[in-house]
Amino acid sequence: MFSRAYRTAITVPPLVWVAVFLLVPYLLMFCYSFWSVSESQAIVHSWNLDNYKELLTKPVYWQTLLRSMWIAARVMILSMLLGYPLAYFLSFHAGGRKDLYYQLVIIPLWVSYLVRAYAWKTILGTDGVLNTLLQYVHLTSHPLDFLLYSPFAVVLTLTHIYTPFTFLPIYASLEHIPRNLVEASHDLGATPAQTFWRVIFPLSIPGVLAGATFAFVLSLGDFLAPLLLGGPSGIMISNIVVSLFGAAYNWPLGAAISLCMLALVLGLIFFSERLEKKWSYS
Amino acid sequence: MPLTTEPATTTGQPKSASLLSIRSVAKHFGKNIVLRDVSLEIAEGEFLTILGESGSGKTTLLRILAGFEQSTSGEVWMSGERLDTQPPYRRRVNTVFQSYALFPHMTVEQNVGYGLHIAKRPVAEIQSRVTEALAKVKMTAYAKSKPSKISGGQQQRIALARALVNRPRLLLLDEPLSALDANLRRQMQVELKALQREVGITFVFVTHDQDEAMVMSDRIALLRSGELEQVASPREIYNRPATSYTAQFIGHTNLLNADISHGTATCSTLQWPTSLPDGMALFSLRPECIRPASAASAATAASPTNSTTVRFRAKIRDQAFHGATELLRVESDDGLILTIRTASRDLPEGLLEFEFSAADAIPVRASGSEEHV
Repeated sequence: MFSRAYRTAITVPPLVWVAVFLLVPYLLMFCYSFWSVSESQAIVHSWNLDNYKELLTKPVYWQTLLRSMWIAARVMILSMLLGYPLAYFLSFHAGGRKDLYYQLVIIPLWVSYLVRAYAWKTILGTDGVLNTLLQYVHLTSHPLDFLLYSPFAVVLTLTHIYTPFTFLPIYASLEHIPRNLVEASHDLGATPAQTFWRVIFPLSIPGVLAGATFAFVLSLGDFLAPLLLGGPSGIMISNIVVSLFGAAYNWPLGAAISLCMLALVLGLIFFSERLEKKWSYS
Repeated sequence: MPLTTEPATTTGQPKSASLLSIRSVAKHFGKNIVLRDVSLEIAEGEFLTILGESGSGKTTLLRILAGFEQSTSGEVWMSGERLDTQPPYRRRVNTVFQSYALFPHMTVEQNVGYGLHIAKRPVAEIQSRVTEALAKVKMTAYAKSKPSKISGGQQQRIALARALVNRPRLLLLDEPLSALDANLRRQMQVELKALQREVGITFVFVTHDQDEAMVMSDRIALLRSGELEQVASPREIYNRPATSYTAQFIGHTNLLNADISHGTATCSTLQWPTSLPDGMALFSLRPECIRPASAASAATAASPTNSTTVRFRAKIRDQAFHGATELLRVESDDGLILTIRTASRDLPEGLLEFEFSAADAIPVRASGSEEHV
């Protein structure tokens, strides 16, 4: 067996890592959320629930949260609608080109998030690629202004960014389906469409749930896309947190929002994992 | 070598009406030729086994019948209708898969009812037929279980019930017993054969196990490198193998490469009469056809050429105990090594007298690459 020293040597570093970079910051944030800021912009270490009261009473916070969830939900649905057929095609019908297509789906993940967000800005802007094209072909006479600085732009960009994230778990779950189950279904008289709905789709649900969770959770916490492309109507909850920790200098309130978000996300992940277990059979 | 007198074999014509007709089917995977020109008629209600080593193309042939593979050339017909142009879901053919392929997200009951459900049968009919099918394979108690909760043997029965419940014209079985342990396997062989007689459905069974093929089949189609080597009943294929490959693949045999001259075949010191023309010929002699000569007959040893009994002297090199019989390897005076299966015990040491009947030396066509003496 492994020596005690060896076991210590391999278990301590990850524990230290988790403690320093995860537990301590969360603990600090937890504490901050119960503190307050004085008139002179100093953190007052007196324990109270004022931050949470403010979150509940001021509509701007929960309205922004609801809007963020609505944006995240749309991103989730769109990236599923794009990611599932893509994964299905690759897994079942790509034949020998499977690996090539797989790489093509993955490559955008190597490009900086910021670059991709800016690319959309170039495309959607008033003098952007899309508006120029629409006017050139005389579909519109003047630039469409809902394209940029709107929730639409945020949803579009986030969908583009997170579709590979939904694709991957769906693809993995489809690849895990034994192909003889598909053959057995055809053998028993089911058409390809019947086979999809009765065999393939039910067996890919764990991947669908994992992909949906990725898209929703990552979009919900996003702040760059709304910052760059969202405009005033596309503000999301993370933008508020960023400003509270920055210019507004209200760390305690920012920490309280962050903790609420954390609780929400943990709840979602827990719920989705329960569902995934219920639908997995390996 | 030229053989003008073909050994008595059949091309395997079924006795009753033909259900399935495989006509010159070939399958190429790129440059790899898996099946070349396979033609076979399968009768209504027959239990036919496609027997072959791994890589012989037997599973590919089965998959062509099921519709999972397209043949490169040739046709498959079932009761007067072209089968190979139909997609698998339109064929009245069902398959029992090697790894069972039960749907993991459905209960046993839902698995068995799947085909009927797809065919949109009334709910009451589905229920009664599923119940009946589960009873037939003795799995009623597990109707509500998920496949992951039952054993391999039980999954096997469910896979069988799931296929049979649809009352197919033809049932394909792809090495369905290979994952079971030896005892369960023997039990299932008997049950499967009994079930086939009971339901009267044509079974095409694929296996690499020659014993299994012998026990279960009405006819065996022996496949070798994508070609049918011989198609015949188990008895015929064993007693009258057409080729040296068949003789060696089905059971043990001694292959004797004999020189024929004026109606006498000579191999080493052994000589026996034959009707074959002069030249070289290959004979198959089953180990159980050779026996220790009785003392009385040995004493009056006649000349081998004018007797149908061939005698020779050999000493035992090694022996292996197989329960009811023993397998001996003996070496004759001039170094000819033969395998003998005998029930005799306590054979004396030293040189012994053995004998076989000349009629048991079956002329076979050389298949190439055989080991013979």
